[in-house]
Amino acid sequence: MSRDAIVLLGVNHKTTPLAVREKLALSSGYEAPLQALAELQELREFYLLSTCNRVEVLFTCRNVAQATKRVQEVLFGQAITAEELQQHVYHYVNLQAVEHLFLVAASLDSMIVGEAQILGQLKEAYRHATDADSTGFILNKLLHKSFSVAKRVRTETRIGASAVSISYAAVELARKIFGDLHDKKVMLVGAGEMAELAAEHLVGQGVSEVVVANRTLQRAVNLARCYKGRAVSLEELLEQLQQVDIIISSTGAPELILRREDVRPVMRGRRNRPLFFIDIAVPRDLDPAINELDNVYLYDIDDLNNVVEMNKSERDKEAVKAQRIVDEEKIKFSKWLANMESTPTIIQLRKTIEQQVRGEVEKSLGRLDDMDASSRKKLEKMIAGITGKLAYPPLHFLKTENHCIALPERIKTIRELYQMDNGENEQE
Amino acid sequence: MSFLLFQASVAVYVLSFAAYLVFFLTRKKPVRRIGRAIFLVAFLLHTVNILARSLEAGHTPITSHHETVSFFAWSVSCCYLSFRWRYTVKNLGVFVSFLVFALMVVASLSSRALLPLPPALQSLWLPVHASITLFADGFLALACIGGIMYLLQEREIKKKRFGLFYSRLPSLEALDKLNHHCLSVGFPLFTVGLVTGSLWAKQAWGAYWHWDPKETWSLITWFLYAAAVHQRFTVGWRGRRVALLSILGFLSVLFTLWGVSFLLEGVHTYVS
Repeated sequence: MSRDAIVLLGVNHKTTPLAVREKLALSSGYEAPLQALAELQELREFYLLSTCNRVEVLFTCRNVAQATKRVQEVLFGQAITAEELQQHVYHYVNLQAVEHLFLVAASLDSMIVGEAQILGQLKEAYRHATDADSTGFILNKLLHKSFSVAKRVRTETRIGASAVSISYAAVELARKIFGDLHDKKVMLVGAGEMAELAAEHLVGQGVSEVVVANRTLQRAVNLARCYKGRAVSLEELLEQLQQVDIIISSTGAPELILRREDVRPVMRGRRNRPLFFIDIAVPRDLDPAINELDNVYLYDIDDLNNVVEMNKSERDKEAVKAQRIVDEEKIKFSKWLANMESTPTIIQLRKTIEQQVRGEVEKSLGRLDDMDASSRKKLEKMIAGITGKLAYPPLHFLKTENHCIALPERIKTIRELYQMDNGENEQE
Repeated sequence: MSFLLFQASVAVYVLSFAAYLVFFLTRKKPVRRIGRAIFLVAFLLHTVNILARSLEAGHTPITSHHETVSFFAWSVSCCYLSFRWRYTVKNLGVFVSFLVFALMVVASLSSRALLPLPPALQSLWLPVHASITLFADGFLALACIGGIMYLLQEREIKKKRFGLFYSRLPSLEALDKLNHHCLSVGFPLFTVGLVTGSLWAKQAWGAYWHWDPKETWSLITWFLYAAAVHQRFTVGWRGRRVALLSILGFLSVLFTLWGVSFLLEGVHTYVS
């Protein structure tokens, strides 16, 4: 008689290369996979999260090994081989799973630590799960808790406020140049991991459009879909410069793809509206002399690194604070879980005692159902009273913190004393 | 009476500058609120001072050097507040309050005596021409401050070395907007000031234009700003170039205000 295990399975940007993540991503939305999971007998409650950077499933079950295997088959089975699965998918149980969920919700596990988008994605995923009626007592509590952890981290630390990564530094610079980013357009040239990261951050800041230019158009189309943007070919680059405001370049090209002479005529057509180039390619894509043009700003990866360095010490301090909050909340939640363990025993104990009292009453007074309403009511009240009195000492023993005897030990004692695990009394 | 008010407003302007400066350095929000409140008080005191002085003098107090500079300072505050009311430009206050304070110091150094108005100046054109011109100068002063802030901020972003200003000054876009707003209000006002001056000259001295040094320099200033406005609205100049032109233009304004009066002789010399 113990509670269900909480299990979390998933892949994210840290463990899994983009190519594999793409295969695992739930491109068709939440409904189909949630239905597929509902077919599994092994699962009690479950919930599913899929974003550009991660796919995670959280569930409760009796038999961890078996349920894990089944879930992997259903969710990831067709997409990748067992070997890849072994290599990339992480697997957390109970408190580890709780901690991981809290870290994700608080955006401490994000590509861009402190970005605010993830919480919204989490809530949306939870909404889908509740629509499918797949979460229950434990996951509801756990997910709500994770939202409040995220809120605590956000309000009590400045993790979301200071430049925490290169892409954040780029965004901050963009804000210093453009002020409001809401009517600005960003273009990704080349579809690397870093570019994606910066784009994600800019989207989080509300840029109005994302354009992706790539040598292979298919990849550009894929990435553009991720941000609801549009894809163009690399040949259209100069033409696009008329319209976009921020350019993030990360191609693998061995030589420069844009020179000062290319950009200068563009500015006339733009009526000198500023252009912000971010060159995160190594070797560089953009001519450093571009920075000399009026109203054009060029930052390469080293420049951005310098900006990040300036903010690093503060970030570390905030991350420590955030981790402490997560730990605190994890401990609180584990207490709640532990109490959950005793709940079935408490219910069963009351039931056992009540049955015995009722049995004795009916033995001497006849069946309660045959009596008139008023005397039956009185007797019911009496039964409840006696049950309460009798159950008080064992319940008190169960519920009071006792440093010498741990809770599982106390539960065991009670169950043995009241012979609750003997044959016919056994229940779920 | 007006003298006391003047002293008080100078003192309160100093306080507001100090508060704005503290906010600039420490970035503590409550300090900024205090700075704003103090600045508003100083402005109100200053307003009452100008009203009181015009009652005492019996004409618009823009005739002596002291009065002109004081009115100039007042118009800068006024323009700042009118602008502030519409949009916030982070840390503009510290620059503006410094300029206002500096102007007030200059005003307080010159003679405060109330002098009788020479007959040539006794006209309805006096308040119209002088106040419009000084209001234009107020907006142009703000354009210049915006330009300076723009150059400071742009320098740090271009050079990629972030010092005192990067995090304290607003975005380049906001500063450019400030410039745009101030030029598009200041330049027409300045033009109107020039035209009214010319009409008044016709009435007082019989000719629209005398090529007196002040007039000449006003025209030079006007051309500078006309160039800035033209480039801005037709070719799409923005940012650094317009900022530089705004600064240059304002230097010319200052020269017209002081250089001409003290270095060159002409009909515009202050009453003394």
